[in-house]
Parts: sequence; structure tokens; C-alpha cells
Amino acid sequence: MAEVIMPKMGDAMEEGTLLKWLKSPGDEVAEGDPIAEIETDKVTLEIEASESGYLTNTLVEEGAIVPIGTAVATIGAQDEVGQAPAAAAPVAEPDEAPAAEPAATAAEPVAAAATNGASAPAAVQAAPPEPVVRADGERLRASPLVKRLATEHNIDLNQVAGTGPGGRIVKADIAVYVSGEKPAPQAAEAPKTAPSKAEAAAPATGTVVEMSRMKQRTGERMAEAKRDIPHFYVSTSVDMTAAMAFRTDTNAALGEDGGKISVNDLVIKAAALALRDNPTINRSYVNDQLLQHDSIDVNMAVAVDGGLIAPFIPNADQKSLGAISKLAKDLGRRAREGGLKPEEYQGGTFTISNLGMFDVDEFVAVINPPQAAILAVASVRETPVVRDGEIGVGQLMQLTLAADHRALDGAEVAVYLQSVKRYLENPMLLAIS
Amino acid sequence: MATTKRTARRGKTGNDAGTDSRKEPQVQLETEELISLYQKMVEIRLFEDACQRGFRQGKIGGYLHLYIGQEAVATGFLESHRSGDRIITAYRDHAHALLLGATPRQIMAELYGKGTGLVKGKGGSMHLFDAENDFYGGYGIVGGHIPLGVGMAFAAAYNKEDSIVQLYLGDGAINNGAFHEAANLSGLWGQDGLNPCLWILENNQYGMGTSVERATANTNLASKFDAYGIEHEQVDGMDVVAVIESARRASERVRESGTPFAVEALTYRIVPHGAADFLERYRTKEEVKKWRERDPIGLLEQRLEDAGVEEIAIAKIREEKQDIVADAVKFAEESPVPELSELTTDVYASEMHVADAG
Amino acid sequence: MPVMTYRDALRAAMAEEMERDEQVVLLGEDIGVYGGTHLVTNGLIDQFGPRRVIDTPISENGFTGAAIGMAMAGMRPIVEMMTWNFSFQAADQIIQNAAKIHYFSGGQVHVPLVIRGPNGGGVQLSAQHTHSLEGFYGHFPGLKVVSPVTPEDVKGMMLASIRDPDPVIFLEAGALYGTKGDVPEGDYTVEFGKARIAREGSDVTLVAYGRQVNMLLRVADDLDKEGVQAEVIDLRSIRPFDTETIITSVKKTNRAVVVQEQWRWFSVASEVAALIQEHAFDYLDAPVERVSGAEVPAPYARNLEVAGFPSEEQILEAVRRVLYQESR
Repeated sequence: MAEVIMPKMGDAMEEGTLLKWLKSPGDEVAEGDPIAEIETDKVTLEIEASESGYLTNTLVEEGAIVPIGTAVATIGAQDEVGQAPAAAAPVAEPDEAPAAEPAATAAEPVAAAATNGASAPAAVQAAPPEPVVRADGERLRASPLVKRLATEHNIDLNQVAGTGPGGRIVKADIAVYVSGEKPAPQAAEAPKTAPSKAEAAAPATGTVVEMSRMKQRTGERMAEAKRDIPHFYVSTSVDMTAAMAFRTDTNAALGEDGGKISVNDLVIKAAALALRDNPTINRSYVNDQLLQHDSIDVNMAVAVDGGLIAPFIPNADQKSLGAISKLAKDLGRRAREGGLKPEEYQGGTFTISNLGMFDVDEFVAVINPPQAAILAVASVRETPVVRDGEIGVGQLMQLTLAADHRALDGAEVAVYLQSVKRYLENPMLLAIS
Repeated sequence: MATTKRTARRGKTGNDAGTDSRKEPQVQLETEELISLYQKMVEIRLFEDACQRGFRQGKIGGYLHLYIGQEAVATGFLESHRSGDRIITAYRDHAHALLLGATPRQIMAELYGKGTGLVKGKGGSMHLFDAENDFYGGYGIVGGHIPLGVGMAFAAAYNKEDSIVQLYLGDGAINNGAFHEAANLSGLWGQDGLNPCLWILENNQYGMGTSVERATANTNLASKFDAYGIEHEQVDGMDVVAVIESARRASERVRESGTPFAVEALTYRIVPHGAADFLERYRTKEEVKKWRERDPIGLLEQRLEDAGVEEIAIAKIREEKQDIVADAVKFAEESPVPELSELTTDVYASEMHVADAG
Repeated sequence: MPVMTYRDALRAAMAEEMERDEQVVLLGEDIGVYGGTHLVTNGLIDQFGPRRVIDTPISENGFTGAAIGMAMAGMRPIVEMMTWNFSFQAADQIIQNAAKIHYFSGGQVHVPLVIRGPNGGGVQLSAQHTHSLEGFYGHFPGLKVVSPVTPEDVKGMMLASIRDPDPVIFLEAGALYGTKGDVPEGDYTVEFGKARIAREGSDVTLVAYGRQVNMLLRVADDLDKEGVQAEVIDLRSIRPFDTETIITSVKKTNRAVVVQEQWRWFSVASEVAALIQEHAFDYLDAPVERVSGAEVPAPYARNLEVAGFPSEEQILEAVRRVLYQESR
């Protein structure tokens, strides 16, 4: 049997619509007889019989859209009428495929028809791009060169002012950091991962709590510190019996308007004096270098609404207990009220985190970079103690020092803690030093 | 040298079937020669039929322009071709390539877009080239190739090659500026013997769908050459023997003088302009029928019968040629597509690669 | 080295090659008896005769096409466009035939043809006689496009063009025919696709070709007084193109200004800017600036014409922008 195909009638024709059959199976046809009407994008015309004989089969319904080259009917002998053609499906034979290769436009519609008229294969879905989020929501403008140099020299462009058009950071703006004339502002760890993590970890239920800018920044700094600083921890118990008595006596002597000395004030003073005795602890680790501080400025971590802030008491080793007490109270109050000046919290050489007022047995703190150590202070508790071979009741307090192992070793830290302990267990030393 | 100069104004060219130029040729051809001509013309016809089928099946892409009805023109003129004579034509070019020696396989593979094609699948139907056999293309822009032919004729004379150029063009190109500029140069340079160019104007009566009389007020197209001092004649382009007579005489004249000469072959495109031209609103079925009666292959069959060639021998030729064409189609079907690396080769003749552009 | 004008260097190249190779012929309008509108071919008809120095009728399509045919038949014709403005008449021949025949003949035929003539404007020729066509012709694969500016380059590139197996669009700096420069003695060629560093510098890369190269050298002198070291690159060749020299320079200077007389849209400068961002993105300290002709047909009045072409002031402004300097 011979096939009658949907003919290509134009240079760009890919398919035609079979409008109407002019002959039915069983009809005798002569070569050139019109057997069907087809419609292209340009015109309606007739398909002619490709040879003489009988129309044996019509292979597509009226109204069907048929790719060019596809058989629409067969012509054969009278006894072949109604017999299925060798190829039952009204689509291109596989053996046409190699020849159809260059004429991809012809081959593809055929393939589509073979899958029951399914439309184009599903497009490969591109992975959604990673969202780039800037902490402050404002686009950082920097020239491509600057961005590359910033990466190479570990310069935090968030901390660099741009002088180019629209605030663009240009080469000149970072030249001093690249040349090493000035230490580069360190990249506060790029915040871009944080939101995506939060997003990923967000439970299916619950509400996302807005983080304050302060909390975000604290979080970033703490995450960075915990990730980058090799922390190690040393603990000791301090018998605070004498210190508590000293505090009671002193407060009684000071009277109502003299202000009260707190355990915290005693700890600050003790820690500061111990730093003076053990200056290696009073260091910072900056750019792979150790910085020995000239002064002893003790930060105290203060919990405030929306975060944590650590104002410091400058030259704490040289201040009297009374002065420390007064300044600590003032800083704490203003921290909670949001009245601190930058110079009161930007800086410091050693930090104390005191959770004693919250009834905690012990805890460890995360170092406040770039400082080398932080002292965690727990609650003072009545505890059985052995003194001179006898069991008695003592008031014990746990101190844990977290230290940066790049800056400090265990022995130095242990010696320092002994020193703190000595001051606190002999409170008169705090009063006279 | 004396020439037959016919400048009589013709009537409706579309309907006169070239009668004005018809005259029994004087040239005597041997039966063997007639058979050889018949073999060539049948091969062209069957080849073009196969092209039409390939196009309808979607296996041949792009534009496809068939030579059906015009076979006697190229067959007759190329009978005078001598090795070294350069041949150039427009896009109805399959016959010229076949006659000059490209194989049906090479050409069909080209049309099928295969790596085994005559120009490696880079040109398609409109850009057949076979430089080894003196065929210099195959061009797609009406009139655009004409100056090239004139330039090649200059080169032939400049280098004293004793070769000529057969420059084919259609009636549609005669109103194009390139024709007039090039004809002017040809006539001008011919004065110094620097333009052995045989202009072959294949007047198939239509530039696409626009008949000669709808395209120019002076429908005697050969007379256009008068403006450029190029002598000319007309010939019955349906009668291959008449064409041969004209071609032999004209070729000789051009070769000897180094001056151009033009022949207008009155012929007819029996098939539509291109495979995409199926409505043919511009001409009647009666007109086509009338010209079919003078189908060049039919006329030649008559001459063969007159020469005593039996019908069975003629049928045998057709069968043989049918097999050759079927083989060409099979070859084209089975040939591999071009290597993708071919995409970027042949852009420059020098070492420069396309990527060097930027 | 002997000093020659641009015009004489051009003529010397053609004459020397015509002596060496009989297949080299010249075609064009009034190039013979008249001596050439710009006297580039002056005297050559006396030396080589009218068979080789062919005065053509005014029919660019015809004689350009004929030259293509000659080239296909083994000759090495050089076509003079009296000015490139007339090449639109021959655009079908240049683009549809010369550029493509090698490809669509499957590599069987090639076209060793040179088309040369003055390109660009600047002498009040107004709209139809003022074009810079390097972007236009540079667009077409199959053509080679060069635009030399020094007498040394013009001779070396003309010799290279004649000997090249492909069609070469040879765009001359018409305004510079009378300028002088050193030209080496003897036979030499200047390779296509190699830009020339006309001046070395470290602070900003200035890119041009043709007449604008000289402008950039003057701007570079001005910048020098301000302490800015500009590197000036003369492209010389539009296709093939020397990406490497530009990128190497921009990686050093981090800034680029590209100058051209032609219109900006779809132009050489646009291509250069695109290449820089593709290959030197991480080295850029400022966006690449383009200084181009005004987007209008060329006007006649002198002041309008001057305003429509790139000026040294515009280039300086662009340089200041990429240097983030205050505008003056």
C-alpha cells in the first residue's frame, strides 16, 4: 500500500489541518484525484492521490492537525481496503528518523504526536537563584575590582565608605587596606547565610520572631567567636564567706546613702587586680597577633531588651571598690535604658559575665572577641566545705574562665584563677589595693 | 563574424510559446548524440521530480527551485562547454551542476543537508558549487551573481586562458541594477577583448509570479543588451537541438573575440516557481498545458523516434535514470549529517578562526 | 627610516606589490587618468597601464562584483571606493557574495579581494558623504576589516591585505592622507588582529582606531600634565580582533574609555565594552565609557559637525568619570 502524506506546501510549513475527506475508504481513485482538503497557515488546498488504486484507509480524523510528512491515508488494491497498513499508527516510522534528523522541525512534531498529542517536553526547571541578603537591606555598591580585592584581602566592605557615584566603593577607597597601611576592617561574618539558615530551620508551625539589629549583631559576633576561637575552660570554686561578711560590714559602714557594694563589684575588682598580677591574660588576639593591653578595662555583660551589651570600667585595677560600684551601677542602668555612649562599650580588655543573681550552679561564656578570655560568674551558694579537716558550711561560688587557646595556655589561666580566688577569699586585699 | 540579430518585438510572451524564435535548426546531430542529450535531460527531470518529493516529505529544507521545462537550455549550452570555461548561474542550479559532472548523489545529499553533499551541507539547493568541474555557483540573490561572471570573464582574458564564461541569468534579473551595471562593464571591457562572456538569458516568462510584460515595457529582453553594445540573438529554448546550434556558434564567437555575446533562450518553467508556489494565480492551467505540449523532453523524444530509436530503448533510458536517481535519494537518506565542527570551518580561507573575530 | 605621508605609503604598497605580482590590478572611479580623487593612485596608470589600473564607470555594484569574480578566478584585485559612502551601492556584492562565497561553496572558492578607500568624515561633507563603516562591515563573518592610522601600518597592512586569501575591507583615515611618519624600508607586513600600544600608561586605558588614535595621544599628553598616565591602544584591526591586548591593559589600569567617530549603537566601542566586562569584570574600578558620534545624520554647518564628533573635551570628561575625578 502506498501512503499519502501531509505534504509540505511552503518553506516554513510544519503541519497542516486535515479539513475534510473528499474520498472514503473503498473509493477508487486515480493519480491526481483530490482526496482531502487541507489547510495550512497560508491557504486551503487539496491533497491529490499519489497513485491510482483504491483508498484503503484514512489515518486521521477530520480536523486533526498533522505534521508534514505524516501519512494521512493509504492507497492500494481493492482487496486491501480496510486492512491495517503495515504501520498502524498514523505517525512517522522509526526508520524515517535518520533521514528526518536534519529536518528537525519535521521530526519533532511527529514525535510529539506519537506521545498522544502531549505538548512540548517539560522544560528543565532551573534551580532558583540563591537570594542575596544584605544585613541592613541597603545595596552595597562597589566596583567589580573592589569586590575582588576585598575578598582577597579580607576587607569588610560594609565598613568602608564609598566615594564613587552613588556611594560606590572604588579602588582608592580601599587602597590603604590593600597596601597594608591600615589594618583591614574585618569582615563581620557575612550575614547572608544566617537568613537562609533561619529559613531552613524554621519549623512548620510557629511565628518568626523579628530579631533586633543588636541581637543580630551579637549573634553574628558570637557565632564567629565560637567558630573561630579555640575556646578552653578552667573552673574553680571560691569560698565567698569572708567576702560576703566584708560586703555586709562595708555596706553597713557606708550607711543608707553611701550606695551598696555588690558581689559583682567585688568580682570586678578582684578580676582586675588579678589581671595586673597576670598581664598575659589582659590581651587581645588580632590578625594572628597578640596585642598586650596597656590598661585594664573590664567589660561587664549586661542583659538588655533585645540583646546583650558589655560596657566597660576603664582602669578597673586602679579604681576603688566604691568607684567601681558607682560606675558599674551607672553603666548598667544606662545600658538598660539605652543611654550608653559608644566609647563606653566599644573597647575593653577583659569581660565578666555574671549570672549570679539568677541562681545558677555554673556556666561557661563565649569569648568577646578579640579579647583573650571571659570570666563566667555563678551564684554564691551555701555548701558543705571542708576547712582544716572539718566539715562546715561555706558560701561557694563557681568561676569558669573561657580562654582563647591561640593566646593563652591552661597553666596561665589556672594561675590567674588562683589569683582571683585569693583576692576574693581575702577581701581586705580588695580594699587596700 | 555575421550574427543573427533578432530584435523583433514580441507579443504576449507568456502565451506565444516562443513561436517567434522557432525555426528548424540546421545543425545535424548523430543519433548517439541525441541519445546522450536525452539521457542528460531525463536525468535532470527525474532528479527534479525526486527533489519535489523530498521537499513534500519535509526532507529537503529551505527554498527549492526546479528546472522542469527548462532542461534543454542548460543541456544545450553546456554541450559547448570546454574544460576551463567557468559557469555561473542563480538559484535554479541543479541541472547545471549535474551537467558539469557533479553526481546525483552529491547533489541530493546536499539538498538533504548531509555532510556528503556537494558543498558539505553548507549551501543547499541555491548554492551548488563544483569548482573542479568549472561550476562557480549557485547564487540566491536575483541579479547578484551577474557582475561576478563578468569579472571572471575579465580574468580569463587577462590571463589569456582561452576560456570563456557562461553566465546564466533569468528574465527576472534583467530589470535589476546589477544586470545593467555588469552588462555595461562587459560591453566596455569587451571592446578591448577583455570580456569573453556568453550571456545566457533563460527567459522562462516569469520572475517568480510576475510575467515579463508585467515587469518591463520592452518585452524583447535580448534587446536590452543593445544598450551596452552586446550583440545578441534569441533561440527556442525548448528545442535542445536549436539550443546547441546557437550555443556552439555563440561560444566560438566569444572565445575567439574576447567580446561578450548574449543569447535569449525562450523557455518555460512548467512547474511552479518554487516548491512553495502552489497556487499559481499568475498563470492559467491552459497556458501551462500549451507549453507542456512543447515539453523539451517530449520534443527530443520525437526527434529520437524520427531518427528510428525504438520506444523500448527510450523507456530503458528512463528506467536507468530512475535507478540512478533512486540511488541518489537512498545515498542522501543514509548519509550522515555534517560534523558539528563544520559549522565554523570555511568562513575564512586563511588560518583565522571565526572565534578570532572577538 | 624614511619619512612618508600616509598617502605615499599606501601607494608604495600597491605599486610594489603590482611589481611583484601581475595578478594585482586596481579598479575604481577616476583612479587612472584623473590620478585618483585623493591622489592615492596618482601616476600608477603611467607605470602599469590601463589594463591594470582600470578606470570604471560609476557603478559600484558592477565593478565590485566584477572584482569578486576576478578574485574567484585567481586574480588579486584592489577596488577603490572613492569614499566608503558609495559602498552601500556595492553592499550586496560585498556582504552577500565576497563575505560568504567561501562558506557556501563548502570551501571550494575563495575571494582574495581588497576594497579600500577613505572612511569617516570631518570636512563638512554632510549626511550622505559621512560614514564610519567599521562596525557595519565588522559585523559580517567572512570579511576582514582593518583601519590603520600610521604610515608604517598603512603600508604593512596594505601588503598583508593584498596577500590575504580573504576579502579585506581596508578603511583609510581619509583626513590623514597628508600626515607623515616613519616607514621601514623593504618588504614588510603588519599582521592582522594585533593591536598596537601607541602609548604606555598605568592609570586608564584609552582605545580607538583610525583618526581617533591621534586624538587620544593628544588627550594622553594633557592627562600627563595632571599626573594621569593613560595607555593608548590602536586597534588597527577590527576583524580579526585583538582582545588580549585590551584585556591585559585593563587589568593593569582598571579603567577604559573607548572612542570612535561612528555612532554608538551596535558599534565597535560597544563590542570593546562587552569584551572588557566578559574578560576583565573583576578588574574594573569603573564602568567602561564610550565616546562616539552623535546619533544623527552628519550635519553640514561646521559648528554642528564638530559638535557631532567626539572631541578631546568629551574624551577628557569620560576619563575623569572613570577616574572618579571632579569634572572641570
